[in-house]
Amino acid sequence: MAPRVVLVTGVSRFLGGYLAARLAGNPDVERVLGVDTVPPSRDLLRRMGRAEFVRADIRNPLIAKVISTARVDTVVHASVTANPAGPSGRTTLKEMNVIGTMQLLAACQKSPLVRKLVVKSTTAVYGASPRDPAVFSEEMGPKDLPSSGYAKDAVEVEGYVRGFGRRRPDVQITTLRFANFIGPRIDTVMTRYFSLPIVPTVLGYDARVQLLHAEDALAILERATLHDLPGVFNAGGDGVLMLSQAIRRAGRIPLPVPSLMVPTVGTVIRSARLVDFSPDQMRFLNFGRVVDTTRLKQEFGLTPRWTTREAFDDFVNGRGLCPFIDPDRVAAVEREILDMAAKLR
Amino acid sequence: MPDARVIPLHGPEHSLPPVAGRPGDRGAEPAAHRGRAPGDEFAELGEGIPDWEKQLADLLAFLRRRISGDYEVDEFGFDVELNDNVLLPLLAPLYDKWFRVETIGMHNVPADGGALLVANHSGTIPLDALITGYAVHEHHPGHRHLRMLGADLVFRLPVLGPLARKAGHTLACNPDAERLLRSGELAGVWPEGFKGIGKPYRDRYKLQRFGRGGFVSAALRTGAPIIPCAIVGAEEIYPKIGDIKPLARLFGFPYFPVTPLFPWFGLIGMVPLPSKWYIEFGEPIRTDTFEAGAADDPMLVFNLTDQVRETIQQTLYRLLTQRRNVFLG
Repeated sequence: MAPRVVLVTGVSRFLGGYLAARLAGNPDVERVLGVDTVPPSRDLLRRMGRAEFVRADIRNPLIAKVISTARVDTVVHASVTANPAGPSGRTTLKEMNVIGTMQLLAACQKSPLVRKLVVKSTTAVYGASPRDPAVFSEEMGPKDLPSSGYAKDAVEVEGYVRGFGRRRPDVQITTLRFANFIGPRIDTVMTRYFSLPIVPTVLGYDARVQLLHAEDALAILERATLHDLPGVFNAGGDGVLMLSQAIRRAGRIPLPVPSLMVPTVGTVIRSARLVDFSPDQMRFLNFGRVVDTTRLKQEFGLTPRWTTREAFDDFVNGRGLCPFIDPDRVAAVEREILDMAAKLR
Repeated sequence: MPDARVIPLHGPEHSLPPVAGRPGDRGAEPAAHRGRAPGDEFAELGEGIPDWEKQLADLLAFLRRRISGDYEVDEFGFDVELNDNVLLPLLAPLYDKWFRVETIGMHNVPADGGALLVANHSGTIPLDALITGYAVHEHHPGHRHLRMLGADLVFRLPVLGPLARKAGHTLACNPDAERLLRSGELAGVWPEGFKGIGKPYRDRYKLQRFGRGGFVSAALRTGAPIIPCAIVGAEEIYPKIGDIKPLARLFGFPYFPVTPLFPWFGLIGMVPLPSKWYIEFGEPIRTDTFEAGAADDPMLVFNLTDQVRETIQQTLYRLLTQRRNVFLG
């Protein structure tokens, strides 16, 4: 059953904004409301078409008023994020993620019209450690609970969502655990990381990386909004890239940093405003994380169009990242050596 | 792509017969790669070109794929190309020249489909597992990869952890074991764990406790046959006569071995003794004959575990009585 009035949080960001735009383009959806603390960029606002933007803070009880007066029946909570919007840093981010979710869920609970909730979560809730199985499926939990950062936020958010589900059993809840996003248009910690000319890695470790193309993420969110598909679903592209392999594919130069120096280097990179890595993301760079997407394909009924590898290549090509190690150059050197060998014959 | 320089004489197929585990084997599948590069075309010329030049072309093609990240890794992090071309060949001299391994009953390892190889563990460091993996890959007609289930210590260590993943191994836990078996892989498990590998020399060839039977329930759930495997010779490579507990605690290892040569002789002490090895693969024990839910029957799991353990222990004793000399066999 298509929703009538949809409220999307975090519309000033890529996923929320483009999801609102897609929903606005769907004639079955009567009204699309976008909420965020900062207005979306002009370009995004233009794309959003008939979707309405409400500048509101989901940490404020005002959100309850928006939900009840607009007679919202479907809420898409897409604002939980790992990427700090501004210089304010992690404290604000945590507050936005956790307190914001609490307020939003409280508002949803009060409104009897709400009948569906879609939550954007992350595979970071599984943690990353050497004691974990190679592939996570939905019913597994982390061996070591993430103690800080985005992963902890996400674990708490999911906890509140489960609590909400117990209090409002009539609401259909879809929790989507997304792998790291990648794509030419989206801006995340990962895209910034791979855009660095010299990419710091942890010496002696190589992570398995699973990525999801941002367009696939949008398609998944859209499908969850338009159809009734309650449950928890892992969402990630097929296949795996090793971190070292991804760096090579992007033509970057890896800089292995000894584990002991990683926090220092992380601080330097953070203060240079290049990439804002949190400790749990550092752990991710050590061990990586892969999730099982069988449930997404079979029960949810959507197979990502891009594999991890294709998504990454699309990111590299679409961003026009200038490779420092040019594959054509490598092929040319190979040819030269072979020509020389042929002369020796 | 660089312009074509050579005209393939033999059509799109590779002219060399593919030999598993040799460089160029994987490079012969242009479809698997983003584009065709000089090395691939070159290899198709076939006759009239000296061998060393073909090998050079293969090597360069391999290096190019490594530099540009153009290779496949599975969800466990298994890097087939790296494993077959770099990691496994490192074991060849150890296997052929140093331990002079003889395998018995390789036909008991199924040609395809999921199967669980269970073996005894010994030798202070898990060389026995690596050598068994090499044996299966080199001497089994299907050149199967043995996907081993290792302790979490391995995956916590820098360098070694990622290397183990790239060689196709993963953490010994039921989800991973079942995933491997379901996808038709040959998995290997050493259920004695540290108790087996780190046991003192006087306890050699005495099987230790076989864990909690997790491997049996994994096999039961997936219906994969269990292949008992007995390894003789690995006990003598580093005869562990002592254990320095404080050092072990310092490094976070389960034990710090003292052998007649280590740590006294430093690096020389780390050279394994050249014992003669026998690896016998026993008859597969079927697990698909039990009804569903058998994996949750602890009695059945214990019985099967015991059966596997007994089979391996008996095979070990038999092989030992046939062996006349530790080093000459």
